[in-house]
Amino acid sequence: MNSTIAWITARGLFGRRRFLLLFPLPLIFIGITALAASIDTADEFATPVLVGIGVAVVLPLVALIVGTGVLGSEIDDGTIVHILTKPVPRWKIVLSKMVVASAVTAFVAGGSAFVAGWMTDGPKLGLALAAAMVIGAIAYCSLFLALSVVSRRPVLIGLLYIAIWEGLLSNVVSGTRVLSVQQYVVTLAQKLAGTDLLMSTVKLPAAIIMTVVVTLGGLYLAITRLRSFSVAGETS
Amino acid sequence: MSTLDLRGVSRWYGNVVAVNDITVSLGPGVTGLLGPNGAGKTTLLHMMAGFLAPSRGEVVLDGQPTWRNPEIYRHLGLVSEREAAHGFLTGWEFVYASAKLHGLSDPRAAARKAIELVEMAPAQDRKLSTYSKGMRQRIRVAAALVHEPSVLLLDEPFNGMDPRQRMHMMALLHDLGAAGRTVLFSSHILEEVEQVSGTVQVIVAGRLAASGDYRTIRRLMTHRPHVFAVRSSDDRKLAVSLMGSPSVAGVSLDATGLTVHASDYGTFTRELPRIALAERIRVRQLVPSDESLESVFSYLVSA
Repeated sequence: MNSTIAWITARGLFGRRRFLLLFPLPLIFIGITALAASIDTADEFATPVLVGIGVAVVLPLVALIVGTGVLGSEIDDGTIVHILTKPVPRWKIVLSKMVVASAVTAFVAGGSAFVAGWMTDGPKLGLALAAAMVIGAIAYCSLFLALSVVSRRPVLIGLLYIAIWEGLLSNVVSGTRVLSVQQYVVTLAQKLAGTDLLMSTVKLPAAIIMTVVVTLGGLYLAITRLRSFSVAGETS
Repeated sequence: MSTLDLRGVSRWYGNVVAVNDITVSLGPGVTGLLGPNGAGKTTLLHMMAGFLAPSRGEVVLDGQPTWRNPEIYRHLGLVSEREAAHGFLTGWEFVYASAKLHGLSDPRAAARKAIELVEMAPAQDRKLSTYSKGMRQRIRVAAALVHEPSVLLLDEPFNGMDPRQRMHMMALLHDLGAAGRTVLFSSHILEEVEQVSGTVQVIVAGRLAASGDYRTIRRLMTHRPHVFAVRSSDDRKLAVSLMGSPSVAGVSLDATGLTVHASDYGTFTRELPRIALAERIRVRQLVPSDESLESVFSYLVSA
């Protein structure tokens, strides 16, 4: 962890217009929950709203915007060279970016989840959902951070992963659920809250192990790829 | 004092060879890397700076490979051609952050010194996004110099600078070289290289075409047949007189005027007005027709 890199990363993140995209998502999430709570009972809307919007849309999209924003945008515009020409171990660079990305995502997604969970079924569900979102934020950010070093189009691939893999396949083909961060978050939230309002599809040990595997795997990939980062030879 | 050594370095992308078997040793002083656009200068610089793996051969800084070795940046500074900078930072923040990332014991003093060196102190509190191209270039040089590296690599540092900024940057590079640092900058303009550097490496189509003292290169470049297009009040008469001069190798005459092949650049340009005056011929036009840099380079390669 390097405070200077974290500081530049945070400044860069908040300075970009893309950052404004973060605000409508949690507001819509809370708004729909409030609306649902006023016309329906919790066991009717908990899964479609908390899971369907909060876990399946708000969390991954915020993580995608932030996770690719901390490193991918610097690679895109070439400013990463300024950071890489310093005698800082590459794992420290990745970890600093990871801390900033996870913290911002956890704050935005976890904060709105806490409010929405409370409105649905009291503070216990709010806290459980927020905690699960924080863990999910870490896993997603690691995934998208790695994606932004591996690919030149991290946002596109990230969107495809969220929409096709987690959104479509996981709901149709049950086997892919073990490889879906979304399902880990639902399981964690359900177990932490001890409620039947949420439907978990993955077993708790599997969810915990897979979350750790995804997080460490993403970090490892990002660090190794950054070690041999090449500047594309511009044919000028 | 540091030495940057390239040993049999090649780099290819698929079937395209960008850099072809270059062996060169860069020591203290200023070296100019001269070559036309697309010659492989940037690829070579990226390999020197550890941002690209050579396909073959190796690049070492004082015995340490530059590829996958962040420790070399304690002794190496890079100013890339892409003028990317964190536009949301002020000049001061940008250089100060660099100093801190280098783990310097007194980053504040180092940043102040580097900014003064490039004369950017008056604008240091403005955001980089408000800087002109030349200012941004200078603040990037300050950031690359903040840890006083023994090796400084600059890719096309004079691009986008006005003449005064250019002079200042040239003087800065010259001073750094005189102070015993190894400075390498790339350029596609001969005059820039000639004014700053003692040593020149000429790279054409990925190969090292010429190497050595700039005077030698200059001579190679000037003592070659030159072609001029001349138009005058009496082309035929001028052609006859010009053939009498030893500085002229051949003259051809057509509807558009004369094409003169001079064997010696300096002598011919002094002879022509003298001959024209003596023969009372008015020279209306004198255009060097092969002065493009590409022709200079192609001459060097064939020589």
